[in-house]
Amino acid sequence: MSSDAHGNSGGMTSTTLGRPTRWTDGSMERLVAKRYAAERRFKFFGLLAVGLSVAFLAFLLITMAWKGAGGFTRTEVRLSLDFPRSDLMLDQAALKGPEASQAVAGARLDAVINQAAVAQFGESGDELFGGASIRRLGEKLIADPDLVTKRIELWLPASSKADVAGKGDGDPAIEQLLDKADHRLRFNPTFLTSSDATDASLVGIWGALKGTFLTILVTMLLAFPIGVLSALYLEEFAPRNRWTDLIEVSINNLAAVPSIIFGLLGLAVFLNFMDLPRSAPLVGGLTLALMTMPVIVIAGRNAIKSVPPSIRDAALGVGASKMQVVFHHVLPLALPGILTGTIIGMARALGETAPLLMIGMRAFIATPPGGIVEPATVLPVQIFLWSDEVDRGFVEKTSAAIIVLLVFMLLMNGLAIYLRNRFEQRW
Amino acid sequence: MSLSIALVAILVIAVAAGLFARNRATGLRSGGARLNSLPNYHATFVGMSALIPAVLFLAIWTPVQSRLVGGAVMASPAAQALPEFEMTRDTILAEARDIASGAIQAGFNPESTALAPIYAEAGARYSAIGGGIAILIALVGAYFALRKVKVDFRARTGVERAVLALLVIASLIAVLTTLGIVLSLLFESLRFFRLVSPTEFFFGTTWSPQMAIRADQAGSSGAFGSIPLFWGTAFIGAIIAMIVAIPLGLMSAIFLTQYAPHRVRAWLKPILEILAGVPTVVYGYFAALTVAPLIRDLGISIGITSASSESALAAGLVMGIMIIPFVSSMADDSIAAVPQAMRDGSLALGATKSETIKKVVLPAALPGVVGGVLLAVSRAIGETMIVVMAAGLAANMTANPFESVTTVTTQIVQLLTGDQEFESAKTLAAFALGLALFVITLILNLIALRFVRKYREAYE
Repeated sequence: MSSDAHGNSGGMTSTTLGRPTRWTDGSMERLVAKRYAAERRFKFFGLLAVGLSVAFLAFLLITMAWKGAGGFTRTEVRLSLDFPRSDLMLDQAALKGPEASQAVAGARLDAVINQAAVAQFGESGDELFGGASIRRLGEKLIADPDLVTKRIELWLPASSKADVAGKGDGDPAIEQLLDKADHRLRFNPTFLTSSDATDASLVGIWGALKGTFLTILVTMLLAFPIGVLSALYLEEFAPRNRWTDLIEVSINNLAAVPSIIFGLLGLAVFLNFMDLPRSAPLVGGLTLALMTMPVIVIAGRNAIKSVPPSIRDAALGVGASKMQVVFHHVLPLALPGILTGTIIGMARALGETAPLLMIGMRAFIATPPGGIVEPATVLPVQIFLWSDEVDRGFVEKTSAAIIVLLVFMLLMNGLAIYLRNRFEQRW
Repeated sequence: MSLSIALVAILVIAVAAGLFARNRATGLRSGGARLNSLPNYHATFVGMSALIPAVLFLAIWTPVQSRLVGGAVMASPAAQALPEFEMTRDTILAEARDIASGAIQAGFNPESTALAPIYAEAGARYSAIGGGIAILIALVGAYFALRKVKVDFRARTGVERAVLALLVIASLIAVLTTLGIVLSLLFESLRFFRLVSPTEFFFGTTWSPQMAIRADQAGSSGAFGSIPLFWGTAFIGAIIAMIVAIPLGLMSAIFLTQYAPHRVRAWLKPILEILAGVPTVVYGYFAALTVAPLIRDLGISIGITSASSESALAAGLVMGIMIIPFVSSMADDSIAAVPQAMRDGSLALGATKSETIKKVVLPAALPGVVGGVLLAVSRAIGETMIVVMAAGLAANMTANPFESVTTVTTQIVQLLTGDQEFESAKTLAAFALGLALFVITLILNLIALRFVRKYREAYE
């Protein structure tokens, strides 16, 4: 290190003044002090640049956490329901039968809730309850059909409007209404278990998570083998000729092509030419695989390159064929590096949105996909769709979904760093 | 469904033939012969001979079969009676297919229920034919390969040749992808330029891609002048974002490589890299929800009444921050490549550290830094989600950062989401924009890589 240069640098700069060094009149000291001040300023600017970047990251993460924390909770309001005296058309036999969910869907539960709410909280009391309240009541009734004969007190999740008000950010009129009612804040299981919906109190990320999982699975199954095999070919077998140059140039360029171009490719080739189903994880995975493959090839080539030639020479020396050298020795040694690169590429694919918009994954999908050819959406696209919603209730849902996405990204990147530190050998 | 049964049967045949071949080879060896290849290579060779041709046949057969089944169904009297209108007919056919495969119980259209058994019957017939042929191919392949299991047969060479072919095919996929991008963009762009003249597209200054629905409609003849889009793209990606990213990225790199103690660097560098790992949709949401209102209020407070809540500044600022780690790591690499001797020489002459950096290290690293910045610009102008969410849709030609501009990528998303008719100039325009974007980023990347490489050679 050169940190000891500070001590003796002062005496050697007389040339800048053009005359002999004169330490007596203090001009040299002033010059040195000025230069040291410039040095400190420069270092401070460096620190400031790093500090600003880190501060921005912190600001982003804290804003998201702050706004998103509410997405994991919901406001619940206590409502007393008197089933025998309401006009609910639902009997115990139907609730116990196999058609219970249809019976509940057919019964006008919303009217029952509205009636009870108006009776309890005044004229606009029904605004406190919405889709989530109806769904919760239905679940309760199916779980315990005897309820329909009783008068009960229930904690029901509030409507999206009342939920926003309950978290101190909504319409003052509703807030007043809510203050009169008995309400509490509880963990919101719906957010993790259900899918997209038009009502903010009903939405969840499970459908999007499942779509993401299927898409990334397709991506990995395609991009990893293809990427590793082409890295092996280019590094170990390819002759130096124009053909190989063409492959190399293609891979390096593909790694820098904007992701939206891959979306256009997917739209033109997979959807319009090959007629694969729109919005399906299969097409999304194919598109993302083409995008991720170059990243894996480049990481793989670096990992293969770092395996020392002595390993290859030794294996060749004991009579292994070229193919045996590569698959028995080079590949296993390079694998940790390749895996690290693959995980980083997958993390990038996981957060990718634009190409998936192009292939129609922005449709409103209210049921989780059952397979790779069924319509699905993925988490980043879900975030994009929710960010466009007008309903205030979606703001915290969007931020909460972002928290989930960021947690996944951090986990994947953490795994990559762990793998790198744990298994990568320095030769 | 019966095709997947055929696939399983082929797999079973391949595995069985492989095991049989291994037994035979082991038998030869224990009989005292010295084999050219290990028994496992014989097994793999036989297995591959059974598997590969049969699976290739299945891959070709599958689309052929669906066409044959479709033809058989259309020829049936029930299908002849279907309505003429293509969309209704296709819906009914798709429903019938789903009923036949068991995906749904009953169709929305009553006609589909009648068609379903015809579908099922034709499907069963053709997949029995295809599956039968595939199994036959597998058996023939296994038989001929098994006959080759002999002492001096070079099974390993055969296997290795096949693996090498696999490697070549895998590496060709990158070339095919590039080719696919270029061809699909070119093809659709040519169709676009048949509708709209290239002069208008490249030099026009009005962008309003609404085609008239009726010929006599006023004010919506459609204008495809892309200049405002390219200006907006350059303004956000190459100007505002770079004003943020270059100083911050460069100074971060200098601080981390030249000043920070080792342990601080070990912590700060991964933290900076997190900035690069945050998904762009998160940046977009952040820009639209948090940064844009702040910028608008700032604009209004300094007296710019036209300050928009979808300002170029908000999108550019956030994009710049996203690019910081990219610029920083490129600068890091170029600074690290400057020979230590040059630094030592400067320090030995009595220069301070910052003087050394400013007068020696940075000039020496400049080509690399410039290359890195060009790569960063290429990444910024191709970035989509931030501008889709935070920049506007109004195609303004303004240099006021508080106003709204639109970009190429925003317009591509805008043109291709929503209702799509593939023939309209509106949809095709997206491909022309994509082609332009592809060419621009390609040129930027090539120049940047040339810069980086040339200068690296200078010090090696």
